[in-house]
Amino acid sequence: MLRAHGLACDRGDRRLFSAVDLSVSPGEWLQVEGANGAGKTSLLRILAGLAPVAEGLIEWEGRPVAEVRDDYHARLLYLGHAPAIKEDLSALENLHTTAAVAGRPLDEATAMAALRRIGLKGREDLPARVLSQGQKRRVALARLLCSQARLWILDEPFVALDVAAVAQLCSILDDHLSRGGMLIFTSHQAVQLAGTGASLRLGTPPAPREGAA
Amino acid sequence: MNAFLAIVRRDLLLAARRKSEVFTALFFFMIVVSLFPLGIGPESATLRRIAPGVLWVAALLAAMLSLNRLFAADHQDGTLEQMSLSPTPLALLVSGKVLAHWLTAGLPLVLLAPVLGLQFDLSARSLGILMISLLLGTPVLSLIGAIGAALTLGVRGGGVLLSLLVLPLYIPALIFGAGAVEADLAGLGAGGHLSLLGALLALGMFFAPWAATAALRIALE
Repeated sequence: MLRAHGLACDRGDRRLFSAVDLSVSPGEWLQVEGANGAGKTSLLRILAGLAPVAEGLIEWEGRPVAEVRDDYHARLLYLGHAPAIKEDLSALENLHTTAAVAGRPLDEATAMAALRRIGLKGREDLPARVLSQGQKRRVALARLLCSQARLWILDEPFVALDVAAVAQLCSILDDHLSRGGMLIFTSHQAVQLAGTGASLRLGTPPAPREGAA
Repeated sequence: MNAFLAIVRRDLLLAARRKSEVFTALFFFMIVVSLFPLGIGPESATLRRIAPGVLWVAALLAAMLSLNRLFAADHQDGTLEQMSLSPTPLALLVSGKVLAHWLTAGLPLVLLAPVLGLQFDLSARSLGILMISLLLGTPVLSLIGAIGAALTLGVRGGGVLLSLLVLPLYIPALIFGAGAVEADLAGLGAGGHLSLLGALLALGMFFAPWAATAALRIALE
């Protein structure tokens, strides 16, 4: 399980949030909510280990993440705002590369099946640059179908998806949770997921003072 | 190791899909080198004297042309984040990117150099030494360049800053690379210069990926 106590994040000399506690156990999900600029993405980046922890402690399976970093990263799947899709590569090549970089190379059949299931049948070999915004997101989400990671950290996974794709993503997330996976995500919309879940609301950022730079 | 190969393959694929970027650097190299015989005139003694320096300087500049794209695209589309979260050490993945950069921006220069060297009336033996010196030297250029590219990542006007940062660091490779051919022309033997170039390469292969990785981690925060 993942636990964090007293997390704080600074942006420049402004404190975005402080004293954030959270914990996610197998089969549980956590939705991070908050206004634009509240620090949702920053929190996810800190949890994923992409940004330094200004204050507080993150624990994975009861041990500080800093100590078990390799093990933690081997079990983590992080999908950020930038979907890591190369415009000049096809959907299939993109999926193969990201999977290999994540340490789990895919065979052809698994990759094709994942792309079909995510609704890209017949578009597997098109360069990503000719795909629509939503289809590019689907290429990125196809990684979820091939992932064995225990913990998924998804930043705005529902953005740019149509209604059918949102429903499909929900079912993928449900499957993950029912297998004992953990999920942390941000979203502005209310999402119905199976399993136990909680939501964490980050405070509104203090309005900039008059005359402050 | 799988991830390393995947990165090399991906970058080669991307280069193959964007051939113009590879060819721009190659044509730049060809044109710059060819301008000198045209500007200086057909005195073979003078041309032979300046050949090593001209070819090496042109190779430096050509290898640098593609440097600012080394990490910039990966940074922008989130690939770099995924690389840093990979169970494979980031330094190894960075080495993969450097290798791909050398294969697309360095190796073609090595292969083209003897043809261009003919314009300077270099003997077959000198052309051979030139090729060996470039073969040892161009990977050094990619390795040092990667540090510069990582340090200037996300900096506005990074392209100019990159050349200011990297070109001085290229000086040792230039001195020993061009020096090898000159020494051979003077009948002194190129062995010493080539050994030093090889030493630079060994040092670079060991340290440059680590330095570039440290710079990338700063850029990622």
